[in-house]
Amino acid sequence: MGIRFVLMVNKQGQTRLAQYYEYLNIEERRALEGEIVRKCLTRNEQQCSFVEHRNYKVVYRRYASLFFLVGVDNEENELAILEFIHLLVETMDRHFGNVCELDIMFHLEKAHFMLEEMVMNGCIVETSKANILSPIQLLDKAS
Amino acid sequence: MKGPSLMDSLFQRSIDDLIKSLRLTPPGTEPAFIAKAIEEVRREIKSSDPHTKSSALQKLTYLHSLHGIDISWAAFHFVELSSSAAHSHKRTAYLSAALSFNPATTDVILLLTHQLRKDLSSPNAHDVSLALSTLSSICNPDLARDLTPDLFTLLSSSKVTVRRKAIATVLRVFEQYPDAVRVCFKRVVENLENSDLGILSAVVGLFCELTENEPRSYLPLAPEFYKVLLDCKNNWVLIKVLKIFAKLAPLEPRLGKRMVEPICEIMRTMGAKSLVFECVRTILTSLSEHDSAVKLAVGKVREFLLEDDPNLKYLGLQALAIAAQKNILAVVENKDLVVKALSDSDVNIRLEALRLVMCIVSEDNVMEICRILISHALKSDPEFCNEILGFILLTCGRNYYQVIFDFDWYVLFLGEMARVPHCQKGDEIATQLIDISMRVKDARSQLVHVTRELVIDPALLGNPFMHAVLAAAAWVSGEYIKLSRNPFEIMEALLQPRTSLLSPSVRAVYIHSAFKVLMFCMHSYLRLNGDNSSFPSALIDSELVSDVEVDDQNMIVTNGRPLSASSVTDHLAQESILALVNLAEINLGPLAGSNEVEVLERSTNVLGLIKLIKPMLLGSLDNGEGDQTKGELKASETVKLIFDSCSEDLGPISVNAQERVLIPNGLVLKENLDDLEEICGDVKLPLLTSFSLVRPQFPEASSNVDCQGKEESEPASESTSLLAEHWKRHSLYYLAPGNTMATSNDYPPAHDPKDKVTDEAEDLVKLTEKSIITGKTPSQTKPRPVVVKFDDGEVTNVATNRTETKAVLISGAVNKVILGDEATAPSSSRRKPPKSRRVTDESSFGIAKIDQSEHSKAGLGGSKHHGHGKERRRRSSAKDKEHDRKDKQKSDKHRSRHRADKALEAQAPVIPDFLL
Repeated sequence: MGIRFVLMVNKQGQTRLAQYYEYLNIEERRALEGEIVRKCLTRNEQQCSFVEHRNYKVVYRRYASLFFLVGVDNEENELAILEFIHLLVETMDRHFGNVCELDIMFHLEKAHFMLEEMVMNGCIVETSKANILSPIQLLDKAS
Repeated sequence: MKGPSLMDSLFQRSIDDLIKSLRLTPPGTEPAFIAKAIEEVRREIKSSDPHTKSSALQKLTYLHSLHGIDISWAAFHFVELSSSAAHSHKRTAYLSAALSFNPATTDVILLLTHQLRKDLSSPNAHDVSLALSTLSSICNPDLARDLTPDLFTLLSSSKVTVRRKAIATVLRVFEQYPDAVRVCFKRVVENLENSDLGILSAVVGLFCELTENEPRSYLPLAPEFYKVLLDCKNNWVLIKVLKIFAKLAPLEPRLGKRMVEPICEIMRTMGAKSLVFECVRTILTSLSEHDSAVKLAVGKVREFLLEDDPNLKYLGLQALAIAAQKNILAVVENKDLVVKALSDSDVNIRLEALRLVMCIVSEDNVMEICRILISHALKSDPEFCNEILGFILLTCGRNYYQVIFDFDWYVLFLGEMARVPHCQKGDEIATQLIDISMRVKDARSQLVHVTRELVIDPALLGNPFMHAVLAAAAWVSGEYIKLSRNPFEIMEALLQPRTSLLSPSVRAVYIHSAFKVLMFCMHSYLRLNGDNSSFPSALIDSELVSDVEVDDQNMIVTNGRPLSASSVTDHLAQESILALVNLAEINLGPLAGSNEVEVLERSTNVLGLIKLIKPMLLGSLDNGEGDQTKGELKASETVKLIFDSCSEDLGPISVNAQERVLIPNGLVLKENLDDLEEICGDVKLPLLTSFSLVRPQFPEASSNVDCQGKEESEPASESTSLLAEHWKRHSLYYLAPGNTMATSNDYPPAHDPKDKVTDEAEDLVKLTEKSIITGKTPSQTKPRPVVVKFDDGEVTNVATNRTETKAVLISGAVNKVILGDEATAPSSSRRKPPKSRRVTDESSFGIAKIDQSEHSKAGLGGSKHHGHGKERRRRSSAKDKEHDRKDKQKSDKHRSRHRADKALEAQAPVIPDFLL
């Protein structure tokens, strides 16, 4: 399993989206998020985007006020994950138009749907923005 | 609780309302607010109106995923809503399930089986892909078993998205239910030929995960992967294919030869850094024997290191760390950049650089590197400073100080490290100081010098981080006091008033060391005195004469003036020894009332000794005769006894020391003691290198070693036969029985099993020598001192690999499918086994079956391919057969390994047909 989890966290360290690809109970999640957020948010722009934590590598990137943190296996290609994060942000941008923290807060379900299209079982399965967004557009049309 | 009323449905708070009010709640009241919201949801969720229910679910999911609220109580409602006809409601329900269900414990998952099956066969592609996503998140063995047939159908679905998701789901289903491999694997493989990028990407991703655990099973698919490597232009897919090859290449050298060119080509032509980096990593991990490729890869790494982007720098350092395992030159070539990275602003980069620097440490450059590092340590922040010190200690101490040639230098350096302002590695430094003192006899005089510096410095006593080091220094000073040039000075240092700043346990060590120093001075004095006056000859131990000769000189220096006439010596020494005794008495007197038992006991010991000796000293000062002589005699006997017990060298003790104690006749081990296991099960065994700072007060010299052996070694081993075997192998490392006293100062010859390995490495190092060492080369005139070590027991037993049963099961099934496929029907793919082979396959059946019965233990694995592999070898030569049998025996021991081997046996000849 390449990707273990995807987190979106704001500057204050509040989780805005959490998707795990292996089951962790609530306490484990909370502990993990706390540790990782503490580690990553204290780092500055001049420092690299990779942090080793427990048995994973965390690849993170900051967009405006939101941090995107992806926990991956040690085997995973860090630069590819950075590209994945960028793709995710671009996709959200295309859908929400200049995506911001509030968009993700109020449309958490949609954000999950996008991730669901892109990643299954921790493997990246879809990289075309149009394909990722088509089910969501369909949903929007229906409602 | 009452059901939801119409009002509830009408005035239900939407998810947006919830989020808005949640944002407005004043800090601190959030839990109360959430509790209230959950209460509302509990009512709403019972509604029969799917819209109300779905809205309630959305709120629950939000609270669960972002506020960590337990929603397992609502699980059944998710199942209920999932059967809704509206796709959006279904989505909400499935998402809630995927985010909150625990595949292992949530029991309502089983209730979802029917709904999932219905959705998997729905004509609506969105429903199908939704069901697939959910299945991949919550799949458990039951779901996997029940839905495998549906998944199998979807693997050849005409809808690309559906097929892609089905492939991605397969991985999870295989993990949960390995039998699914038999059903689905062939279809999955067929998808490798698909021209659609999405499908290809999913299949390659799937194989990338599968090869992670048991790569050998997937070797036969190498030609397909190779084709993807050549034809595919998509970076995501190429990265995954490279990962697969990184696993396969070490298993099949011919594969490496074929791969290396296309990979280099990609590296040269492609711009994407992620892909280039993956190529670099693949080459450095799996193709390290292809020199030109490695050179190209290291060149790329250098480009990364030169970039300003911290990400590339970090990855470049990581790549070098991979390269360092097989090709240390790659690091040496980039030494300048690595050292530069040591002062990077990012601590992660600095750490990587530090690890790399430690990789290139050898006995030729260890001094130079340590000098560079300590200067970095002095100017960096406390945290990183300690990282550096930790790495230095680890590297220098590795494998019994393998890289240390000049122990005098290293011991000085340890002292220097202890004095680094932020140093918090006192424990490790202390351990090494004592360890070296026991293992390396030649380093002791320098050690005594270094520890003197530490002990006499009053400024150090105030730093709590130094206490461990000081304890070790005090112990070394006391233990090897005979090497000291000025025992009086040490005594003063050990008793200085500022020692009250020490923790009681450290202080106890100080006092005990003072005891030993006092003992030593007394004994030397009495020896001197005995030489001059009519010291009873019975007390002059021939063994000690040599020691005392040295000691006499020391004493002379001690007193600060050259002493030639023995009468003068006598008088002066008497005075100073009295001063020494008084010093001890004054300083330790108050401690006899200490609250700390250790301190109390140690100081009482010293005071007791003083009480015994002082009258004698005073008496001899008065130049007394008659009665006095008798008392003196008695005291000096005691002094000698104590001194003897202290003067025996402590040495490291093998874990197996216990085994040299012969089991007495009639003692049946393990008879009644089994019950003790339960009681003592949690008692940890002491580390071998551990030592006791406090030695027994009056140990019987002859049993001393045995006592310690008992304390420090494992519980007695099982049988005498083992013991005998051990004796045969290792008797060399034990003191000869019977004459412990006589040999206690002789160290057993050092045995270094790793020396040979080092020699090989040395050649490499010699190449690097010039580039690393700028200044002097270490003088090789002095031979490396002996380091006492044991070859057994001290090597940690690497725990036997935990077999990953799932992976084994999957790969076992894969073997069956792939090989079964090959042996029966000619596959539709490009693989076309030569005709002759197939013929022999048929004809060899009989033999194969006989072989298999021989092999009955082997368990898994189809008979067909088995025979096939066997047959090939049978044809080759008769000698091979015998070899095979040996192989078999070996493989019976390692069943899982065996299975993998078997796969290779069968496949090894297959690959070249397509690759060459």
